[in-house]
Amino acid sequence: MPGFPWDLRSRPTHLLLSRLFNAVLFGALALALISPAMSQNVPLISGGGGFLTSTSGGNTTYIPVISPLIAAPLGNHVLVESRAIILTAFFPRGGGRSGYDHDSFLGLDFLQADVVANRHLTVVAGQFLTPFATYNERLTPIWISNFQEAPLIFSLGTMGSASSVGGMLRGSAASSEKFNFDYAAFFSATSTNEQFSAERAAGGRGSLYLPAAHLEVGASFDRKLQGTEENFAGTHVWWEPANSSLRLRGEYARGAHARGYWVEAGYRLSRFSDNTRFLARVEPVFRMQQTFRSQPDSNDGLPAADTQLADFGLDFHLPHEIRINTSYSRQFSSSGNRNIWQTGLVYRFLFPTWRGK
Amino acid sequence: MTKARSLLLFAGISFALLPVLSQSPTKAGKQDPRANHARPSQSDDSDRGQKVFRQNCARCHDAPQGFSPQISGTVLRHMRVRASLSAADEAALLRFLNP
Repeated sequence: MPGFPWDLRSRPTHLLLSRLFNAVLFGALALALISPAMSQNVPLISGGGGFLTSTSGGNTTYIPVISPLIAAPLGNHVLVESRAIILTAFFPRGGGRSGYDHDSFLGLDFLQADVVANRHLTVVAGQFLTPFATYNERLTPIWISNFQEAPLIFSLGTMGSASSVGGMLRGSAASSEKFNFDYAAFFSATSTNEQFSAERAAGGRGSLYLPAAHLEVGASFDRKLQGTEENFAGTHVWWEPANSSLRLRGEYARGAHARGYWVEAGYRLSRFSDNTRFLARVEPVFRMQQTFRSQPDSNDGLPAADTQLADFGLDFHLPHEIRINTSYSRQFSSSGNRNIWQTGLVYRFLFPTWRGK
Repeated sequence: MTKARSLLLFAGISFALLPVLSQSPTKAGKQDPRANHARPSQSDDSDRGQKVFRQNCARCHDAPQGFSPQISGTVLRHMRVRASLSAADEAALLRFLNP
C-alpha cells in the first residue's frame, strides 16, 4: 500500500503535540519581531482543509485533515515559514469486529528560515523538505496534489521523514530568456528528536528549465551518512506542450535495493470551454507507476515485491477555492492485485494574520 | 500479469498520443488572468508578470482566486524562494497579481 506523505505510524501523537506547540511558539515569536509590518508584507496563514476517503478491499478509511501554512517576512530578505499537517483517520477495526477505530497525527512538514541573499543564493536553515526530485517540495500540499497518495517511490531519496534538519543553499545558478538552471544543495544532521527527526545526509538537485519548450529536466542525488550508508539518485521531467493544457510530469529514482518511476498526465478541459463553465474546471489525470526490487529492504518504504500501479483520476477545480479529487487505482503485484477508490474535497484558504496598515 | 501488460500498453499508447490530441485548434484564448493561461494584458510589466507566473507558479498550482493586497509581498517572497525568482521577476509578478 503506497503511503500518504504523512505516515500515521511514524510519530507518536503526544510528541507531535509538543512539536506543534513549539512551532506555534516559534511562529508567534517570529510574528512579534515584525514591527511595523510593511503594507504588503503582512504575515499570512494559508493552507488547505478537507475530507478524504480511501476504499480498498471493501474497507473505507475516512480522513478529515487540515494543513495550515504560516509565512512571515522579517525585514527585506528573510522569510520564516512553516507547514503542519493535522489529521485523524477513521478505519474499520477488522478481525471480524464491527465499528471504526481511529488514529491521529499532528506534525510539521517544515519550519525554516529563508535568507534571500540574491537571485543566485538563498540560505535556508531549520527543518526543510528534502530537495530530492520534485514531488516532495512541489506536490505534497493537499491543495496542490492531483492524487491523494504519494508515488510509490516517494521515500527513495527523501530519507524516510521527507524532511531534513540543517542547512540548504538554493537559487538560480544561471539564467537568461532562453533557460534557467537552478540548484539546491543540503546537509542534514542526525536528529533523533521526535519533533524534528532527520537522518544525517547530504545531497542536492539541479534543474534546467527551457521556457520556450515549457520543458524542465533535472537530476537529484543524495547520500545517507549514517547506519548503512546508501546513495540515492533520481531524475525528473516536466513538460507542458505549447498551446496545450496538457501537463506531463515524471520521476525516476533508485536506491541500493529498489528503483521505480512514476509518470503523470493531466489535461485541463478549459481548452474546450469558456473559463466560467463547469467543463473548464475539470481535469482528467492519469498516473502510471512501477517499482522494481532487487534486494529485500524493509526500511526503504517501497513494496516488497515488484509492483505496477495505474491511477485514473478526475479532478474538479471549483469556485471559491474548492477542489474535488476522485481517483480509481489498480495495483498489480505478485503479492496480490487490488483496487483503490479515493475521493477528496479540499478547501484552500489564504488570508493575512492581521489587518495591516 | 496479462491484464497488467495490457494496461501498460494502453497507458503507453495514451501517453504517446496525448501531445497530439491535446493540440487545440485555436490559439490561447480568453482566460482568467489568474488561470494557467492568462489573457493578453495591457502593459509590459503585466506581460512580464504574466509570463513569470506561467513559467514559475502555474506549473505546480492554480493561482489563488483572490487575496488581500496586504499579503501580496509575503506571497511573492515565498515564491521567490521556491522558484528562485529574481527581484525584478518578483516585482513584475507582484504587479500582475496585484495591479
